[in-house]
Amino acid sequence: MAKFYFKNARKKDEAYLQPQEQTIDFLLNYSKSLNVIEVGTLQFETSLN
Amino acid sequence: MKEYTLSDAVLVNRYIQGDEAALATLIERHKQRIYSFIFSKVFDRDISEDIFQDTFIKVIKTLKRGKYNEEGKFLPWVMRIAHNLVIDHFRKGNRMPKFEDNGEFSIFSVISDSDLNAEKQLIKEQVEEELRNLIQELPTDQREVLIMRMYKDMSFKEISDKTGVSINTALGRMRYALINLRKVIDKNNIVLTN
Repeated sequence: MAKFYFKNARKKDEAYLQPQEQTIDFLLNYSKSLNVIEVGTLQFETSLN
Repeated sequence: MKEYTLSDAVLVNRYIQGDEAALATLIERHKQRIYSFIFSKVFDRDISEDIFQDTFIKVIKTLKRGKYNEEGKFLPWVMRIAHNLVIDHFRKGNRMPKFEDNGEFSIFSVISDSDLNAEKQLIKEQVEEELRNLIQELPTDQREVLIMRMYKDMSFKEISDKTGVSINTALGRMRYALINLRKVIDKNNIVLTN
């Protein structure tokens, strides 16, 4: 009996389903720029450009 | 199965201490799973991208503010944030009118003319005419009250003053006028719809 072979489509989809590089870069840059300052009991966010 | 040299808990701790590279490792480690989860709900790449970004902005803010309780559950926590943002997205979608960008944009899918068209206007006029004829069939006292209330928009107090009967009598006449109108409509199988 002949054997059937299929391409594993799932792996291809999984590799495809991920965020763009620029989104990751934005998040990492955002994280670097964000600074939280504590004044007494209050917290302030500052973002460096 | 992949084995990581550093656990999520250690990386989170390092990030809180100021090691930015730890965040890059965390994102790299979980990006596919989180993005796939979001995409499986919204089925749109751009929206998934936005929600993924908003998810990590919340993660970054919470960690930097020192409000994250480390219980060894970093990924379930991030997934929960993503899940909540997906729900927010659908809630927002229900409130805002939108159109599908399928290449065939029609301005009428966004705006519409709420005025009646010629056919509906004609039907409306016919229905009103029939109703006026039916009202003429009512006893005089009932017809009088119904016309003053519905067409002249008078209050029952004003009707009572004008006709010289009590408010309760005016109310009663109005009630009987409506009952009698319904009876005539049912008896003659008249259809009064727009």
